[in-house]
Amino acid sequence: MRRFSTVPFKGTPAQEAELKAWLEEHKSMPGAAMPALQKAQEIYGYLPIEVQRIVADALGKPLEEIYGISTFYSQFSLTPKGQYKISVCLGTACYVKGSGKIYETIEKKLGIKGGECTADGKFSLDACRCIGACGLAPVMTINDDVYGRLTGDELDDILAKY
Amino acid sequence: MSTVNIKINNVPYEVAAGSTILEAAHAAGVEIPTLCYLKEINEIGACRICVVEVKGARSLVTACVYPVNDGMEIFTNTPKVQAARKTNLELILSTHNQDCLSCVRSTNCELQKMCRDYGVSHTDRFAGSRVEYAIDDSAPHMYRDNNKCILCRRCVAVCKHTQGIGVIGANERGFDTHIACAFEANLADSPCISCGQCIVACPTGALGEKDDTDKVWAALSDPTKHVVVQTAPSVRATLGECFGMPIGTDVEGKMAAALRRLGFDRVFDTDFGADLTIMEEANEFLSRVKNGGKLPLITSCSPGWVKYCETYHPEFIDNLSSCKSPQQMTGAIIKSYYAEKAGVDPQSIVSVSVMPCTAKKFEVGRDDQDANGTPDVDIALTTRELARMIERAGINFTALPNEGFDSLMGESTGAAVIFGATGGVMEAALRTAVETLTGETLPSVEFSDVRGMDGVKEKTYNVAGMDVRVCVASGLANVDKVLNAINAGEKQYDFIEFMACPGGCINGGGQPLQPASLRNFNDIRTLRAEALYANDAAKTLRKSHENVEIKKLYDEYLGEPGGHKAHHLLHTTYVKRERNF
Repeated sequence: MRRFSTVPFKGTPAQEAELKAWLEEHKSMPGAAMPALQKAQEIYGYLPIEVQRIVADALGKPLEEIYGISTFYSQFSLTPKGQYKISVCLGTACYVKGSGKIYETIEKKLGIKGGECTADGKFSLDACRCIGACGLAPVMTINDDVYGRLTGDELDDILAKY
Repeated sequence: MSTVNIKINNVPYEVAAGSTILEAAHAAGVEIPTLCYLKEINEIGACRICVVEVKGARSLVTACVYPVNDGMEIFTNTPKVQAARKTNLELILSTHNQDCLSCVRSTNCELQKMCRDYGVSHTDRFAGSRVEYAIDDSAPHMYRDNNKCILCRRCVAVCKHTQGIGVIGANERGFDTHIACAFEANLADSPCISCGQCIVACPTGALGEKDDTDKVWAALSDPTKHVVVQTAPSVRATLGECFGMPIGTDVEGKMAAALRRLGFDRVFDTDFGADLTIMEEANEFLSRVKNGGKLPLITSCSPGWVKYCETYHPEFIDNLSSCKSPQQMTGAIIKSYYAEKAGVDPQSIVSVSVMPCTAKKFEVGRDDQDANGTPDVDIALTTRELARMIERAGINFTALPNEGFDSLMGESTGAAVIFGATGGVMEAALRTAVETLTGETLPSVEFSDVRGMDGVKEKTYNVAGMDVRVCVASGLANVDKVLNAINAGEKQYDFIEFMACPGGCINGGGQPLQPASLRNFNDIRTLRAEALYANDAAKTLRKSHENVEIKKLYDEYLGEPGGHKAHHLLHTTYVKRERNF
C-alpha cells in the first residue's frame, strides 16, 4: 500500500461520532460520496484510509470507489497539514528568482515531499501561486509569517524558530 | 416491436426503435469498431473509437450509446470519421508502451487489430512524457501492466457491477489516471477474489493470468518427475476456440491427445473428480438433512465463490460444503490412490491441472489442500496457457486424432461434464440425491429448470415426500442478492449452487479470450454450455454413482462416502478473511 503520510492517525471518538452521525443522515441521498468526503475533510482536516473506510462502509461502497473520488478532486487531501504550514510561492516572479530551489531545499531538510507532513506533525509543505508580494521574491510563508528575498542560506535559522 | 426508418451510408433500413446506432448498424450488416464498449457491462462511450457522423448533429456521436431515431441519417465511414478514429488511436498509443512482440495478447489484442485496420503504427505525433507503471504481479493468479492499459474501464465495470466487488477503479485524474486498488494497494492485499473476469474483459495485454507454463515445461523435461495432468469439464468446450474452431466445439478427444503429445505421463479427467464430488456432496447434503445440520448447503466447487464467501459473507462459511473442489479431489486421489496403484512416490509426482479459472491458481495454495503432505495440485494452468503450450510445441491441434483419458481416473459420467455450466453441479447432485433418497431409477435425468443463463434460478423438487428447495446463481452480484434475501428472511433454500463467474466455468476467467466485437452480439456462454450438455446427452452413464471407476475407488480404497479416509482426503476447511487490507 502506498504510504501517504508518516503521521499516525489521531482521530478522536468525537470526530468519528460526528462523521457517522452525518453519514447516517445522508447515506441514502443520491451522490452522497462527494459531500461525505467534504464533511469528513472538514472534521479531520484530511482523508486518511481510516476515515475513507468509515465513509465507504456507511455508504455501502467499495473503498476503491471512495478513494478514486478522493484522488480525482484536488480539493481533497490525503495527508494532514502540520502545526506550521510552509507555503513556498512558485508563481512566475518567485520562480524566476529561484523559489523552486528553495522548495527543493525544504523538501530535503524536512525529509518530505510537497503536499506531505513531517512524521511529528510539526511542518507541512505546499507550493502556492502568487501571494502578491512579488517585490520580495522569492517568498514563502509559515502560517501567517512572511519571509522574502530568500537565498536558501537562512532556511535553517527560520525553521529553528518553530 | 416498434421500428424507425433510418439510413446508414445512404441505404435505408427499418430498425428497432430504442436501439443504439451500433446495434442498428450491426443488424444492418455494418460493423462499427469499438474499444471501451462491452454490452451490458461497460456502456460509457468513453474511448470515442465508435464515432460516426449523423446528419444535422453538431459533432461526431458515439455509436455505442447514441440511440437511433426516425429519419436519422448515419455515416459510418467518412474521411472525417476515419480521421477521428485514427487520431484517437494515436492518442491512446501515446501512453501505451507498444510492446507487442511477445505480448501475450499479440494477434488477439483489440487495440492491435484496430491499429492495423487504421494504419496506425509507431507514431511520434503525440510523443511526450509517459508515466512508467510498475507491473503488479503480487497476486497468485494474475498481473496488471498499466503500461498497456487504455483506460477503457471494462475491467472496472465487470469487477464492480457483474461481480459486485469493486476492488479496482480509476485513481487520480487527467494524465495521471490509472486503474488500481484503493490507496494503491497491491492486488494481493486487496479483497480481490481471483475470478479473473477482468482479464477476459480486457481488450489489451494490460491484464493476464500469471503464466505458469515454464514450471510445467521444466517438470516435463525432468526425468525424476512423474507429471500427471487433469482437465476440467468446461475446458473441452472452449480449448478449440484457441485454434480457430467454432465456439461450442467439444474437443475432449483432441485435448487428451495433445496432452499426451506434450509429454504428460498420465492424462486424467477432472470429470472423475466431479463425479467423486457428487458422491461426497450428495452424501453430505443427505446427512445434513437427516441430522439437522446447517442448511442450506452451498456448493464449494468454485474457488472464486469460496473466497468471496470467506471475505464478503463469512456468515455463510458454515453453509459451505466441506467438499474440496473437483480439482483438489482429483489431485488428492492422484497423490494417494493413483500413486499407490502405480507404485510412484507422491513426492515425485507433479500434479498439473488445466482449468477454466484463475482462482484455481489461488486455490492450489490454500491451507488444508495437501492431504498427502504435499499439495494436492502443484500447478494450475488456464485453458489459455494450455493452448500456448500446444502452440509452442508445434502440435497441429485440429489435425489430432481423438484419444481417451487414462484409466483409473479417466472415466466420467454425463453428470460430471455439466459441472462446467451454471446449474450443472446442482443437476448432477440431484440425479444422485434423488435416486439415493427414493431408491428408484429416475425416469429422466434432465433437470431443465436449473439450466440456462439466467443469473438466479430456483425450483422446489418433491423428492420422496420431501420438498427440496434449490437455488442456482452465477455471477457474484447475483450471489450477493440471493444471500441478502436469505439474511432478510425473504428466501429459504435447502441446497444452493453458486459459481463466481456469470454462466459458470464455461465463462471462467481462464477461458479463451473473445473480442468485444463478437461478445457484444453473440452469447458465447450458451454456445459453450451446449457443447457440455451434448456431451452429457451422448453418454451412456449420466449419474455419478454409476461411474465404475468411482465405485472401484470406494470399494478398494476410500470405503464409504463421508467415511474417515474420504473425509481426510476429500474435505477441507475455510477461514474468515478480512475485507479491508
